[in-house]
Amino acid sequence: MAYSDKEKKRYQKQVTERMPKSNAFVQCISAFLVGGLICCIGQAIMTLGTEFFKFSKENTAAFTSMSMIFLGSFLTGLGVYDKIGKVAGAGSIIPITGFANSIVAPAMEHRFEGYILGVGAQMFTVAGPVLVYGVISSIIVGIIYCFI
Amino acid sequence: MDMLMNFVWAFIIGGAICVVGQLLLSFTRLTSARILVLFVVLGVFLTAIGIYESIVELGGAGATVPLTGFGYSLANGAIEGAMENGIIGAITGGLTATAAGIAAAIFFGYLFAIIFKPHSK
Repeated sequence: MAYSDKEKKRYQKQVTERMPKSNAFVQCISAFLVGGLICCIGQAIMTLGTEFFKFSKENTAAFTSMSMIFLGSFLTGLGVYDKIGKVAGAGSIIPITGFANSIVAPAMEHRFEGYILGVGAQMFTVAGPVLVYGVISSIIVGIIYCFI
Repeated sequence: MDMLMNFVWAFIIGGAICVVGQLLLSFTRLTSARILVLFVVLGVFLTAIGIYESIVELGGAGATVPLTGFGYSLANGAIEGAMENGIIGAITGGLTATAAGIAAAIFFGYLFAIIFKPHSK
């Protein structure tokens, strides 16, 4: 079925009209507040690692990211994280908890497709590309550092 | 007092990085998946040219918790690996440094995806 340019333009206009009107300034403020707060939780976990458990620098970093990922996955499972995301936008996507959210949310939704191609594969719809491009760029950086 | 300032800086730096993401989300047509990929690669790049290290020193968790911090660990691991073991280290270093995060993400992600039922949006 072919659509004329006129029809396409009319459809585009209807879509724009129906898109939720969002105030970018307010969104940035809430992204700042929620993102900052999530990082403060991370800072608290880090402080707990160095001051209370007396972890080494490496172990503290590992402990912090594991705890944040645990929190992000758990809150996604409870359905709380998506509610935060509606308000916070990038404030909940950019922190590592959002990375955990991007793993759990699609995996949970597609569970009916089975444990291999449903859960197992869907876990990596967003995390996969992140790992692919992150690892490749880090290898390139490492190789460059070999020669300088 | 020092500890309090750590939290203030974590809040400011972490919040600012998220605002950059929000600006991209609001004013470009980039999807959140593309923004996440962009942030990791940006973290790797800024670490490679030596800028991100000073952001981490100031911001603490404010710089390591956002996904750019994941790129920072990847690049730092690869650079350290390259210094110690040459090419082999350059290839293994990134994943070695981020093993904890990736393993936790796979384990907890799978666990909670199986335990909980999807919520209607």
